Amino acid sequence: MASLCFYFQVHQPFRVKDYRVFDIGNDSEYFNDDSNRSINNKKILNKVAGKCYLPANAVLLELLNKHPDFKVSFSFSGVFLEQLEEFSPETLESFQKLVATGRVEVLEETYYHSLSFIYSPEEFRRQVELHRKKIKKLFGVTPKVFRNTELIYNNALASEVEKMGYRGIIAEGADHILGWRSPNFLYRPQGTQNIKLLLKNYRLSDDIAFRFSSKDWKDFPLTAPKFASWANQVNGNGNVINLFMDYETFGEHQWEDTGIFNFLRHLPEEIYKHPDNDFVTPSEAIARYEPVSELDVHNFVSWADVERDLSAWLSNAMQHDALQSVYKLEREVIDSGDKKLIDDWRRLQTSDHFYYMCTKWFNDGDVHKYFNPYNTPYEAFIAYMNVLQDLRLRAHKLASSN
Amino acid sequence: MRILMFGWEFPPHNSGGLGTACFGLTRALAKRNIEVIFVLPKNIGVDASFAKIIFADEHLVKFHEVESILKPYITSGDYVHERDKFLRDIYGDTLLKEIRRYALRAREIAKKEHFDIIHAHDWLSFLAGIEAKKVSGKPLVLHMHATEFDRTGGQGVNQEVYDIERSSMELADGIIAVSNFTKQKIVEHYGIPEEKIEVVHNGIDEEDYASIPERLTELKKHGQKIVLFAGRITIQKGPEYFIRAAKRVLEYDTNVLFFVAGSGDMERQMMLEAAHLGISDHILFAGFLRGDDLNAVYRAADLFVLPSVSEPFGITPLESIVSGTPVLISKQSGVSEVLSHALKVDFWDVEDMANKILCVLEYPTLKDTLWQNSREEIKKINWDTASRKCIEYYEKIKKEVGI
Repeated sequence: MASLCFYFQVHQPFRVKDYRVFDIGNDSEYFNDDSNRSINNKKILNKVAGKCYLPANAVLLELLNKHPDFKVSFSFSGVFLEQLEEFSPETLESFQKLVATGRVEVLEETYYHSLSFIYSPEEFRRQVELHRKKIKKLFGVTPKVFRNTELIYNNALASEVEKMGYRGIIAEGADHILGWRSPNFLYRPQGTQNIKLLLKNYRLSDDIAFRFSSKDWKDFPLTAPKFASWANQVNGNGNVINLFMDYETFGEHQWEDTGIFNFLRHLPEEIYKHPDNDFVTPSEAIARYEPVSELDVHNFVSWADVERDLSAWLSNAMQHDALQSVYKLEREVIDSGDKKLIDDWRRLQTSDHFYYMCTKWFNDGDVHKYFNPYNTPYEAFIAYMNVLQDLRLRAHKLASSN
Repeated sequence: MRILMFGWEFPPHNSGGLGTACFGLTRALAKRNIEVIFVLPKNIGVDASFAKIIFADEHLVKFHEVESILKPYITSGDYVHERDKFLRDIYGDTLLKEIRRYALRAREIAKKEHFDIIHAHDWLSFLAGIEAKKVSGKPLVLHMHATEFDRTGGQGVNQEVYDIERSSMELADGIIAVSNFTKQKIVEHYGIPEEKIEVVHNGIDEEDYASIPERLTELKKHGQKIVLFAGRITIQKGPEYFIRAAKRVLEYDTNVLFFVAGSGDMERQMMLEAAHLGISDHILFAGFLRGDDLNAVYRAADLFVLPSVSEPFGITPLESIVSGTPVLISKQSGVSEVLSHALKVDFWDVEDMANKILCVLEYPTLKDTLWQNSREEIKKINWDTASRKCIEYYEKIKKEVGI
């Protein structure tokens, strides 16, 4: 039997505006760019809602209605949900409708889509708690399976998450952690007792997410019957095919005219043509299958870039500097008890800020450039560090007045 | 293949990027087995002997000097001033007469020499190129390092200079522009069809900057930061934006020294401007520097700024990077097409310029990351690449004219 497990990541950061040295001490609104640039959060959210969220949700709702056993799962960052509440309530409603079918699982993550696990386990736990509350409030459910920012994962994270009560955790099925083993089984993270690990099948996931419209690809064009035939090949030598990807794949990364929505629309019926196939949520996969062996992942792995490591956020001196600087403020910011200050500080922990500062391959114009709303990684760093200076002044001021 | 090249004096005797470019390109062509007959004006105090020493082992480069007081970047006013220093009456009364006289001498050289292509650098040598073409029938390639629109910042374009540039480009068989930025200017302002223009970006050969002396150490001992401008102090180079950005920076950080290396017709005006803004004690006018003196200043600086109003290419940022200092460059420059690891601003956006200067001085990781990546990047921006493109272009032109 081969089960397909879809998990879609839905996230938008609060991008920092073009914030200059001269603004420090004078302007404490960091995320309110209202220009035509791609750092205008409201503009981006509405654009992506129109191209991706609303049409993709409509297709999923149609599929859920048509196929009584069809299932998918989502992980929403808290900062994304906040932006929906503020800029696009109708999109939030359409997600709520999906979850209300009872066949759409919602996963847990850090509210601020942060790298907090690496820098501050305490802050990490607080952000998971905030996320859990937000999901409960908006969707009426409590997540049982955890996924960390950008699928950043190691043994220590699995242990921590197990302690927090989760039954499952999700990671990248990277070659260098799997070796000869297959991502189509469940594993037991080293050093844990009960939690189960689901690994992304990156070949089949990336066939949809990255290669779908690539004319240089030998398997172009990708059709639903073709993809179903690949899934069928797993039958007999695997339990579950984990298809994990950014939700923006549908309509934003792969535009509508590539046929991506039609692919999605027809995939379930093609999968169901094989009587042994079905769709599961991560929780169902965990209930149904036992781990085949223990998996030892000492170093951090992620789903980013070819390296599948932390280098997208942590490879140059600026990125290290920025991350250390923001976490250095933890004590003072938390102690202030100032809600706005704490929220601003946390928004500045979102991983995207550090991704924008990445200089790896920058001159080759690859995805880092494509996904960078700033002209250069240096401008991203400049705006960020200036904002952090202002935040530090605010924290000092509060500390001295207390 | 043999090239008859009309160029300008070589470093360290040069007064700007034009000489650096002529030298870098000629050496790279010779390394690729292209023979070059290099014609240049014999300036007082500077002759081609230095160049001959450099090329002593290169039998492929041969020099011809023409007695003339022409030099790069000279204006009509400068010329009359220069001419009056000499009693000899062989020089033309005006700059344009001298250019024509130079062209006639070029014609004599072209008559005697054998070559396949004529290659002339910038407008002062274009008429020489045309005379050589007339007498030899060989194809002419003009190399545009700057247009009259760049030099004047678009204000007060000299009609006679413009006419020479335009008619020469019309007569030439091919045109090399140092950037897409310059190519666009030529298409827009001179009505030359796009297909006639080939873009060949300038480069830098890092072995020329192998050992740079450490100087200004006393200044730096006290933690003072140095921000550098190096270039002619003329409207084209945007010195006033540098001074205004300095003023803005100093409002936030007084421990910064702004270093101006260069001379030019706006020098006095810039000194007065600095005084007027009350920042004279933070601006050091070092005068015209070259060779090791200039390289040492590049090295001592924390940031190099190129605020040009219109910079066809801009070799100085590459020199700064190879000397150890990251750069902030005007978006209105050709070099910004090939350099991604640089801070970029619109030349007129003094606020943005000051912001970026302050951030480089404030955040050491920004300075380091910027420099390390740019140092890696400029390895690909070299004269060998430029010479290969030139040779391919010579071949294309030869084919087109049916040789």
